[in-house]
Amino acid sequence: MSDLQIIETQYFTFANPPHEITLKCGVKFGPITLAYETYGKLNADKSNAILIFHALTGDAHAAGYHKDVKDPGWWEPMIGKGRAFDTDKYFIICANVIGGCKGSTGPSSINPSTGKPYGLSFPVITIEDMVVTQKHLIDHLGIKKLLAAAGGSMGGLMALEWSVRYPDTLQSAILIAANYKHTAQQIALHEVARQAIMSDPNWSKGDYYGKELPAQGMSVSRMIGHITYMSERSMEEKFGRKLQDKEKVGYDFSHDFEVESYLRYRGASFVQRFDANSYLYLSKALDYFDLSEGSDLVGAFKGVKNKFLIITFTSDWLYPSYQSKDMVRAMKANDIDVSFIEIDTNYGHDSFLVEIEGQSKLVKSFLNNLK
Amino acid sequence: MRQDHQYILELIEPNSRVLDLGCGDGELLSLLIEKKNCRAAGIEIDEKEIYKCVERGVTVSHGDIDSGLSDYSDKRFDYVILNESLQEVLNPDKVIAEALRVGKKAIVGIPNFCNLNARLQIFCWGKVPVTEGLPYKWYNTPNLRFLSIKDFRDFCAERNIIIEQECALNSKGKVRFAHNLFSETAIFLIHK
Repeated sequence: MSDLQIIETQYFTFANPPHEITLKCGVKFGPITLAYETYGKLNADKSNAILIFHALTGDAHAAGYHKDVKDPGWWEPMIGKGRAFDTDKYFIICANVIGGCKGSTGPSSINPSTGKPYGLSFPVITIEDMVVTQKHLIDHLGIKKLLAAAGGSMGGLMALEWSVRYPDTLQSAILIAANYKHTAQQIALHEVARQAIMSDPNWSKGDYYGKELPAQGMSVSRMIGHITYMSERSMEEKFGRKLQDKEKVGYDFSHDFEVESYLRYRGASFVQRFDANSYLYLSKALDYFDLSEGSDLVGAFKGVKNKFLIITFTSDWLYPSYQSKDMVRAMKANDIDVSFIEIDTNYGHDSFLVEIEGQSKLVKSFLNNLK
Repeated sequence: MRQDHQYILELIEPNSRVLDLGCGDGELLSLLIEKKNCRAAGIEIDEKEIYKCVERGVTVSHGDIDSGLSDYSDKRFDYVILNESLQEVLNPDKVIAEALRVGKKAIVGIPNFCNLNARLQIFCWGKVPVTEGLPYKWYNTPNLRFLSIKDFRDFCAERNIIIEQECALNSKGKVRFAHNLFSETAIFLIHK
C-alpha cells in the first residue's frame, strides 16, 4: 500500500472437533485455520467489505509490507490508498486457501491427532471447499454482505463459485483471467507439473517433511507453470534469443539462453517459497472445478443475483477469453448484469498481475458505481 | 445533448429494456438509465470505449455486433438500438433481423449518404463526398455500407419491416420535407 503500512497476518481457527465440516470429497475435516490479512477499515454498518481471492501459488499477503521483508504483497499495485481497491473506502480481506502452505491448514500443517505433518493424508480439497471455508471467516468477521468478491485466475474461479453458492451475501463479483471449468489442455498441463513433482525420488509419496525436498521436481513443475503464464510474444520480447553470460552458444547442455536461466531461477526460488504437496492439492482442486457440472452452464447460473465485471486478456492462452465469453453468454441468458472486456495485452495469463493500468481503471469505476 | 440522442430518448417509453448495439462511450445508455429509468446494456467493439462505459456505470460487453445476438432469447428487449453503427457492420441484413428477433422494436440511426451536399460534390467535382456528417476520406472511413434514407425504406419494405416513425436530422435540427435530400442522418423506429 502506498503508505508503506506494516501488515500482520491474522489467524482464524474453526471446525474444531466435533464440529468438523464435510468437504466435497465426503471427508469430515477439522480443525481448520485460515491465515488472512485485512487492509482499510470496516465501516459501522459493515457494508464496505471486499474479499479478494489469490491465485494458485498466492497467499493472504495481497498488499502492504511484512516487517523486515523487502517485497510487498502480490497485488500491491491494485490495493491501497487511491488505488483500484481503495483502502480509504473499502475494507479488503484476503485469506490463504485451505490446502495452501502460507499459514492456512494444508498438507504441510501438523495433524493434531498424530503430531506429524498431514502429507498425503490431507483430504483432497476443491474450489468449493476453499469458498465454504472462507465463508466461515466472513461470518466470523460479522460481515453479512460483501460489496465485492474479486480475484484473478484461481481467485476468479473462487469469486464465481461464491456468487453461485452464496447469492445473498455479495453485491458484485470481479473475475479476472478466470474460467468456469478446466479444459483438457489445462488439466494436461497441471498433470505434467504434478508428475514432475511425484517422479522426484525425494517426494517419497508426500512424506518429505524434515528431509530432503523434492526440489528438482518442484523446479520443473514451476518452469512449466511459468511458460503457461507468459505468452509467446512476451517471452520473445523479454528474452528473444539472448544468451546468458556468454558471447557464443556453448554446444553443450549447460545453459546458453537467457530464457533457460530465467526458468531455472524461477524454478529454484519456488522450492524455497512453496510446498510441493500444496501444489499437488491446489492444482488438483482447479482441475476438478466445473461450474457447469459437465453440461448445463446456463442452468448453473440460476439464482445468481450479483453484478459481474469480467476481464480477460487477448494473449492469455492458458485461460483463453472464449471461456469467459461462454460464461458471459450463460449469465445474459439468466438476465444477470454482467460487463465484459477483453484487454489487448501481450503479457499472457500473468496479465492480471502486471497489466495494472487498464484493470485499475475498470475495477475502480465498477466499484464506484455500485449502489 | 446530441440531437440524435434527444430524439431517441423521445421514442423510448420509460422503464423499458434496451440493448444498444455499438454503444460507444455509453452516453446514450446513461441518459436512458437516468432520464427514462430504463434497464439498459450495450455492446461495443472498441476497447477504449469500454473503459468509458464502465466509468459511467453502464453495463457493457466487449464484442462485435456481427458475431450475433445469440446470447439473447426472442423479444428480450423492448428496444434494440443501432445508432450510427449499421453502416459499419459486415452483414446488416442479419444484424437487423437479429435486432428485431431479440427486440420488440428497433431504433436505427443511419447517415444519409445521398444528401444534397454529397450529391453536389459527386456531380460538380466528380469526387467521393466528404461532408460534416460523413467526414472521412475513402481510405480511412470505418463505413462499410453506403446508403440513403430511400435505400433504407426500400430495405424495410422488401422485408416486411414496418417503419413506425422516421426522423430526419441535419445540423439545424429536424428536417421537415424532402428527407433524402436535406438530411445528414435519419432515425427510424421499426418493427416486424
